[in-house]
Amino acid sequence: MQLEEKLLNGDKRGCAKLISMVENNDKEAIDIIKKLYNHTGNAHIIGITGPPGGGKSTLTDRLAKALRKEDKKIGIIAIDPTSPFSGGSILGDRIRMNDLSLDKEVFIRSMGTRGYLGGLSKATQGAVKLLDIFGCDYIFIETVGVGQSEVDIVKTADTVIMVMVPGLGDDIQAIKAGVMEIGDIFAINKSDLMGASKTATEIKMMLDMSDNMERRPPVLQVTAIKNEGIDKLVDEIKNQMNYLEESNELYERRKNNAKTEIIKLVEEDIINLILKKNESIGMLDDIAHEVAIKVLDPYTAKDRVFNSIKEL
Amino acid sequence: MYDKEKLDQIKKSKKDWEEKVVNKTLEKYPERLEEFKTGSGDEIDRLYTPEDIEDIDYKEDLGYPGKYPYTRGAQPTMYRGRLWTMRMYAGFATAEESNKRYKYLIEQGSKGLSVAFDLPTQIGYDSDHDLSAGEVGKVGVAIDSLADMEILFDGIPLDKVSTSMTINAPASVLLAMYIAVGEKQGVSSDKLRGTIQNDILKEYIARGTYIFPTEPSMRLITDIFDYCSKHVPKWNTISISGYHIREAGSTAAQEVGFTLADGIAYVDAAIKTGLDVDAFAPRLSFFFNAHNDLLEEVAKFRAARRLWAKIMKERFKAKSEASMRLKFHTQTGGSTLTAQQPDNNIVRVAIQTLAAVLGGTQSLHTNSKDEALALPTEDSVRIALRTQQIVAHESGVTNTVDPLAGSYYIEAKTNEIEQEAMKYINKIDELGGAPRAIDIGYIQQEIMDSAYIHQKEVEGDKRIVVGVNKYKIEEEPPSDLLKVDPAVENLQKKKLDDLRAKRDNNAVMEKLENLGKACSSDENVMPYILDAVKAYATLGEICGVMREIFGEYEQSVRL
Amino acid sequence: MDRPIRVLVAKPGLDGHDRGAKVVARALRDAGMEVIYTGLRQTPQQIVAAAIQEDVDVVAMSILSGAHNHLFPKVVQILKDEGAEDILIVGGGVIPEDDIPGLKEAGVKEIFTPGTATTDVIEFIKNNVKRK
Repeated sequence: MQLEEKLLNGDKRGCAKLISMVENNDKEAIDIIKKLYNHTGNAHIIGITGPPGGGKSTLTDRLAKALRKEDKKIGIIAIDPTSPFSGGSILGDRIRMNDLSLDKEVFIRSMGTRGYLGGLSKATQGAVKLLDIFGCDYIFIETVGVGQSEVDIVKTADTVIMVMVPGLGDDIQAIKAGVMEIGDIFAINKSDLMGASKTATEIKMMLDMSDNMERRPPVLQVTAIKNEGIDKLVDEIKNQMNYLEESNELYERRKNNAKTEIIKLVEEDIINLILKKNESIGMLDDIAHEVAIKVLDPYTAKDRVFNSIKEL
Repeated sequence: MYDKEKLDQIKKSKKDWEEKVVNKTLEKYPERLEEFKTGSGDEIDRLYTPEDIEDIDYKEDLGYPGKYPYTRGAQPTMYRGRLWTMRMYAGFATAEESNKRYKYLIEQGSKGLSVAFDLPTQIGYDSDHDLSAGEVGKVGVAIDSLADMEILFDGIPLDKVSTSMTINAPASVLLAMYIAVGEKQGVSSDKLRGTIQNDILKEYIARGTYIFPTEPSMRLITDIFDYCSKHVPKWNTISISGYHIREAGSTAAQEVGFTLADGIAYVDAAIKTGLDVDAFAPRLSFFFNAHNDLLEEVAKFRAARRLWAKIMKERFKAKSEASMRLKFHTQTGGSTLTAQQPDNNIVRVAIQTLAAVLGGTQSLHTNSKDEALALPTEDSVRIALRTQQIVAHESGVTNTVDPLAGSYYIEAKTNEIEQEAMKYINKIDELGGAPRAIDIGYIQQEIMDSAYIHQKEVEGDKRIVVGVNKYKIEEEPPSDLLKVDPAVENLQKKKLDDLRAKRDNNAVMEKLENLGKACSSDENVMPYILDAVKAYATLGEICGVMREIFGEYEQSVRL
Repeated sequence: MDRPIRVLVAKPGLDGHDRGAKVVARALRDAGMEVIYTGLRQTPQQIVAAAIQEDVDVVAMSILSGAHNHLFPKVVQILKDEGAEDILIVGGGVIPEDDIPGLKEAGVKEIFTPGTATTDVIEFIKNNVKRK
């Protein structure tokens, strides 16, 4: 069976192979996505983000289980940081989702960031499309969860759930700039801990102060480990989707996301061109040398590089 | 401990010695290593002098054995009065086979039993459960019901031995079985002596045989505290364990810090349920590891005793001296044993035995030389027991109490470990206590960091392990290892089938239902577990009821 | 751009001793590999499901409880049933010498016993992995 068929038939191994190929920038995989792109668009893509230690994996696990009861097909992409020193990584989010592994209608994939800034793996976008074609009704993207870089997730997801925990008052202050704004739904996890309602109030206040919001995000208290508040959260996810569809916001978001993605892809190709060109003639090294010894300024250097690739 | 003038003279003369004598020697004969480190990786000085213990106040910090702060020992006369309990951890295959091993150990001079259960028993599954496949009888004895327990202690009068059971998540069930066996022997529960490990927090941290989430687990533990204080008063209701924390790779100071932090959590939980601290604290016991760095280990045991005494007195306002006195069991360090040249392990165990005894342990298990390869054979267990007996009767270290006290190094190291351990406790307090620190993976990660550093040092030859990275030889694989017959699994399954056919299943159902109701209420579950056990409900059935109501723990890993 | 070697590090069975598995996981990461760590108490079925979804090159398992003769071959078998026999399988733990030939015959490529240097594990994986 061809990979393409396997993907359409819901074969996990085929889907897994294709994700690997996308990670490797494999042309065959990209061609398959091109060909099957009209099969995408059915999945609700949900980003799960928030500071480390907030229990994002457990929450994702519980959301997936709740949606499985409605017979929905689920894809999960769990992202962990890659070590900048070794290029390796330990991807441990599956620990929280082990009993989902055997569910025929759930596909979980762990990814390292592999040096790509923004907390999202470079291949995430490709993997999301593959899971969409694969037939998933919901695709969860669980991010690394480190501060500002999480803003990137909005550019991939339809809905972003910010996962917070009680007693992170200072952290809220620290991350509010830019990051608070990306949450469509706020889930205060571990709400059985002291201070949960205080944290909820603080977040609500902060959200009320923000004036560039069309819709004030709901703030929910949940305790994922005890499966408390999950059904409500699922309801809010659905409300959010209804809102997005009715307000035409879904189209707007997806268009914006597409714009960002296209620019990223072009950017990447240009950089690859430069690197390729550089490989053949060692240009970059030479120019950098000249800039370093002050024979050449970096702006002229840029023009030279740009002109050289125009020739290609 | 010294007057200021004397101390100044000592400081001055030490400086002289360093400048004139040491430096000259170093020029000609540099030291072997650039830096010297303890087994835990702490830097260690060339020489310790009174300068290093100048802040010690003898009466306050050391005092007398059997008196606060117990630095010098838990009892006034220590081993002059009674030797430690030589307690060999054993159990494998079926109850019948383990029963034979226990009788052999008692014959050989062992004074207390220590029961090892297989993993399905420790995790509350019957031998016929899917997840038990391949594990039945492997690391300990398989116990599915009271029927197995009756065989396990057949011919062993429970009023004559003290029995330690390494059981945690289902501790209340195994304790109930023990009480029921006692009853059948005509021994009332107030005469039973022994210990259950019952330390769930270190299972979350390091050992992995957890079942239920933190909250219900803590409730089961405090239920046991409460029940035993009324009905089994001589029973040690918990053995708060640093052993496995150390095995997982912690340093000596982390072993003390994390273990006592767990201890604090148990005391907090018990007080919260309304128990009086002095009603249960005297029944708390501890369990530590003995590694190869003899002096560091001795200091560790002393530091643990002193720190716990202070915590009980100052933090928990205990009034009874017995509440402040830390008593502990020791096991030699399993992770220090090598699969290479296994005979060398006998020597390691001997050094570790000395450390435990010089540190004032109340009981001791010595590992056997072949345990990096398989379960120990009867012969290797005997050598391990003899090691204790030689230290007890031939080494002479038992003739005076706390003989290493007053050593500049030992006292300085005792202080250092106590301070470092206290730092960890403070950090854990900041995070909201041990359960929370475990939940976010803090303790596990600290231990893992230490373990990884250790591994890298061994691989980089910065730490010599004889036979592993130095003095290696070509050797034949050992041939006389103990093998558990895979047929044990089927045997246990058959016993279960027979039991289920024979017992009054309606009575079992009823007792299990009652247990379920108790679990959902605030009532103490112990009496209900005891009822179920006596009706021959299986361990898996009892734990199954609790699983349904309490849910299951989810591991927290931060790598 | 070649992706890093992906390794599933798993603890099959009920054994809770994970120091070795975690140390190996870290060492593999530091050698530039992507390690998927699935934690304790994994059934052979779960291990295989994870290996397939993660499209790993290697499955590395550790058991110290003595259940290796039952569990290791089972994982190999299910991987074969799923058509994933190209995945390199290695094991480690307290495993008596006598058991090693049988495990290798069952399809476990190498067994690492106590005292093995992590560098040896890394070397072995690098030399034996079948890149797709």
